[in-house]
Amino acid sequence: MTLRINYGRWLRVALTYFVLSLGALVILLPIYLAVVSSLLPKEDAISYPPKLWAPDPQWGNYKKAMEAVPLGRYMFNSFMQSSIITIGQLFTATIAAYAFAFMRFPLRNFLFVLFLSTLMVPWEASIIPNFQTVQRMGDVMGGYILSLDSYQALTIPFLATAFGTFLMRQHFMTIPLELRDAAAIDGYGHLRFLWHVVLPLSKPALGTLAVFSFLQSWNQYLWPLLVTNSDNYRTVQIGLAGLASQEIDSINVVMAGTVIALLPMLIIIVLFQRQLVRGLMSGALKG
Amino acid sequence: MGSSGTSAALPGPVPLTRRYPWLGELARFGGGMVFLAPSLILFAAFVFYPLAKSFYLGFFVSDPFGHGQEYVGFDQYREVLTSEDFRKSLLVTVLFVLYTVPAGLVLGLVFALMANQRLRGFLFYRTVFSSTIAASVAVAAVMWLMLLNPSAGFVNWVLGQFDLPRVNWLTDPQFRASWDSGPALMAVSLTTIWLNIGFTTLILLAALQNIPLEMYESARVDGAGPFAMLRFVTLPMISPAILFVIVVSTIIALQSFGQIHILTRGGPLDATNVIVYSIYTDAFINFEYGAAAVRAVALFLIVLAFTLVQLRFLERRVFYR
Repeated sequence: MTLRINYGRWLRVALTYFVLSLGALVILLPIYLAVVSSLLPKEDAISYPPKLWAPDPQWGNYKKAMEAVPLGRYMFNSFMQSSIITIGQLFTATIAAYAFAFMRFPLRNFLFVLFLSTLMVPWEASIIPNFQTVQRMGDVMGGYILSLDSYQALTIPFLATAFGTFLMRQHFMTIPLELRDAAAIDGYGHLRFLWHVVLPLSKPALGTLAVFSFLQSWNQYLWPLLVTNSDNYRTVQIGLAGLASQEIDSINVVMAGTVIALLPMLIIIVLFQRQLVRGLMSGALKG
Repeated sequence: MGSSGTSAALPGPVPLTRRYPWLGELARFGGGMVFLAPSLILFAAFVFYPLAKSFYLGFFVSDPFGHGQEYVGFDQYREVLTSEDFRKSLLVTVLFVLYTVPAGLVLGLVFALMANQRLRGFLFYRTVFSSTIAASVAVAAVMWLMLLNPSAGFVNWVLGQFDLPRVNWLTDPQFRASWDSGPALMAVSLTTIWLNIGFTTLILLAALQNIPLEMYESARVDGAGPFAMLRFVTLPMISPAILFVIVVSTIIALQSFGQIHILTRGGPLDATNVIVYSIYTDAFINFEYGAAAVRAVALFLIVLAFTLVQLRFLERRVFYR
């Protein structure tokens, strides 16, 4: 074989890197500029041309953002909301998926289709009656079960998930039914089989669902906007929008708040990228 | 113990479930329901009931306190759905979908194809592309609020570098043509494309990595060049993922609210007043629950149509055991 440089391939690799880097730049630029702006003095943040570098970082902007609105409390509320929803969804989706995958009972297929049909209802289409429900529940039993401006209002409507049930069921279907038969011979009931056999085999799927649930709850906007009206329960998304309109003249402080709001999710995404990608593949595509 | 001898002589008690088979069925149904009940109760309370209630609320004209008051039958449906402002918001919604979905798909496809080359640094690029998934709608919208600032924003500065005029992205109400909703809708679309690009890229990347390498090998043996391979191997193989991306990002666009609430509040002159936003203003600003419910029903039917398309492609995978 003659040794020669493959110019065509070299060019393709270079072009690929170029397009990838351009794409990465476009994607990262807003985040980068937000970080720069969050470290500028107030007048520099609104100067023209826009500063692309913060030579003298003003870390105090972050303190100002935390003081302008109770961002810490908002983050805590979002964290509570997302954690409760995630734990609830893991529970409801797991047991429902177990029934669909391992139990035989009348109407099973009908009920499964009924579950899937909830995917067709956009949350916004049912938001008015749901708001009224929460409002009215506030008047019964002292509002202990459900009332406006509470963690219950932020979480209870989202504790069941058709997507999660579907995801878990798809995973459970890969566990051989013979395993269930063998466990039944050993005297395992459904709950013991679920807990000691199925769940240990399902850690990746559970991780995927957890990441998805958490992300989705954390990003909610319209519902928290409607049902929270005090700092005690307001989530970070609504709080950030509030900060943006309240501190409209101090872009640097607003950007500091934005970076604070972005950071926890960025860390979670980078740490749990594998689960996320796997979820996208199994939930959406794997056939 | 003592009775075991006598019971052996007598006809043993037949289990109830054998005498009445339906009792066994019932028991198994009950067993299944125990596992399904938490989800079913929540779905009933927060999905099925409110959906029916939305249809029902549409029959009533509300008083300013949001109580359904006067029954008007389908009159309100007719009135709202044929009104000028509903048609406007429908048009804005369609434009918003057209601005965001194709552009997002093409960008995602380009990034995914590039990242799939398995070059050094693949993981770095994948991490970068997935990073916009971390940005919530509020984070993204507030960032773009800064970038789109008319006097000091980065976007107008870039335009200035090319000697293009500055644009009042969020406040300019001018419409050059009926199909053009002005710069505000573009600004909202830009934010939305940026927000969804990570998701789109990751889905397509996952699909690309599912293509067996042998397919490329045999195509190469047959003498296919890079473009023929893209055209006859890659794109057909990931077409389900492409379709999925189109449907899901359409549904996401149809449900977009946060970026509009933060960037434009539906304005200027309703230029970004998509259906979801008009539901919010009608119901929770003007307290016209009835009219808002009609819009909500319309939104439901539109999203339903798209979801049915999606489910048609999912169902092949759903019932396989």
